[in-house]
Amino acid sequence: MKQHLISLYSIIRKELIRIFRIWIQTLVPPVITLTLYFIIFGSFIGSQLKNIGDYSYMSFIAPGLIMMSVITNSYANTVSSFFSAKFQRNIEELLVSPTPNWVIVLGYVCGGMARGISVGFLVSLVSLIFVRLPIHNLPVAVLFVFLTSFVFSLAGMINGIFAKKFDDISIVPTFVITPLTYLGGVFYSISLLPHFWQTVSRANPIVYMINGFRYGFLGTSDINVWVGLTMLIFFSVALFSANLILLKKGVGTRS
Amino acid sequence: MKALEINDLHKIYRSGFKALNGVFLDVQEGDFFGLLGPNGAGKTTTIGIITSLITKSRGQVEVFGIDIDRDFPAAKKLIGVVPQEYNFSIFEKVLDIVTQQAGYYGLSRDVARKNAEKYLRKLGLWDKRYTAARELSGGMKRRLMIARGLVHEPRLLILDEPTAGVDVELRRGMWDFLLELSRQGRTIILTTHYLEEAEQLCDRIAIINHGKIIENTGKKDLLRQLDRETFVLECANSVDHVESVDGIEFKKLDETTLEVTKTKACSINSIFSYLESKDIVIESMRNKTNRLEELFMELVER
Repeated sequence: MKQHLISLYSIIRKELIRIFRIWIQTLVPPVITLTLYFIIFGSFIGSQLKNIGDYSYMSFIAPGLIMMSVITNSYANTVSSFFSAKFQRNIEELLVSPTPNWVIVLGYVCGGMARGISVGFLVSLVSLIFVRLPIHNLPVAVLFVFLTSFVFSLAGMINGIFAKKFDDISIVPTFVITPLTYLGGVFYSISLLPHFWQTVSRANPIVYMINGFRYGFLGTSDINVWVGLTMLIFFSVALFSANLILLKKGVGTRS
Repeated sequence: MKALEINDLHKIYRSGFKALNGVFLDVQEGDFFGLLGPNGAGKTTTIGIITSLITKSRGQVEVFGIDIDRDFPAAKKLIGVVPQEYNFSIFEKVLDIVTQQAGYYGLSRDVARKNAEKYLRKLGLWDKRYTAARELSGGMKRRLMIARGLVHEPRLLILDEPTAGVDVELRRGMWDFLLELSRQGRTIILTTHYLEEAEQLCDRIAIINHGKIIENTGKKDLLRQLDRETFVLECANSVDHVESVDGIEFKKLDETTLEVTKTKACSINSIFSYLESKDIVIESMRNKTNRLEELFMELVER
């Protein structure tokens, strides 16, 4: 076990070195983008809008924007790091070693979480410039942010395993994650939608993640927090297992 | 003890290409073993299967008695591999690449650093330890891969064409280093295109062609199989046509150069005696090709 922990530490260390070596690409752009969201949607447009529930529009969107940065950065880190390791063939360093597949998955996922949560933390600091967020239930907020980052890091790794060219690592974020995030209740409460679209929205897992996190701050949610938590645990187990199966079969990694 | 035992190894790729057609191979502990073969013969596929980068279709592989189907991680701990192509992140620093690899084998940070220093110093890369791999020369990159392959002190080191594209001086330096490792008792398997390299370094040689081992024996025994040997002779004066005699064939290459092919039964003395009788003075003599190369061509063209 000690040997596996050393292997895990080595992968995480490598990932952290990578994230901080290219901090200008990994940490700065999402913070700038999200700052613009706060300024345009929160401050300029939000000031013209009425409250959602008991909270100002800025307070309402802040948790969603933080979660959006966690989701996109967790995913982006594992997909780009794993694909780059495949592209440069340095993934072979790990494959020839006795490191078990679960350690490889966990190592890359911890890297994704490190970036996702670091960006989330920086965006949270920026949000404090614009709004004072209440904290209704800190453990729920922390649990949701960690599990969401874990799930999207796992999803990014699956994308990295299947990716054969650089184009393949941007298809899912562009055509799946971004639309689902925008439609996941970052900027609005799904209770404002017509009944049909509320039902459709409930099929979007990101709705549960954003609402669960928002509940941790504001104490208000469009969905049952326990359902959201169960869903996150289910996705965590399913995607972790999928990664293990793919690595065991050698999909995208072994001939 | 056998460092490596391969029985009836087959590999058929998804495309249907049969890379290995029943490879049988034994490598004894302590051997400096050469695996030779033309391009596409199955050398890299065999190494890929031993190191888990390629999955076998069927067959059995044991590393120091450990069956890879039963306990691949235990077998992997005993193997160090230096691949044919660069496979490290070009953005990482030399020391990070080597110590990370040690970490993947479960070596503590202290031991990893100590071993990394030992091999980076031996391979002349210690001064470059904080340099990003992309800034290294081709020869340095090759040496970096050797240091990385050795950092966990494997009992079996597999080198897949380690001196490809390396200049002569550096190649000789690498040969000395590998011979030192071999003298220390480490088992080494080397694939190479430079047959001179195999002749200089290896004490046992196997030749693979079309996915099968066609020869596997000691180097001396292998070279004994060579029934003909060809030399190039530089003469002091111009020569006319020289008649071939029993067991010795002559071919004039230019005014002062002769090519002579002798059978195993003929001695070199008899060539000199014959030429002396024709008043031909020999200034120098060299093998037309490396002896192993001659035999290699003969075997793979059969």
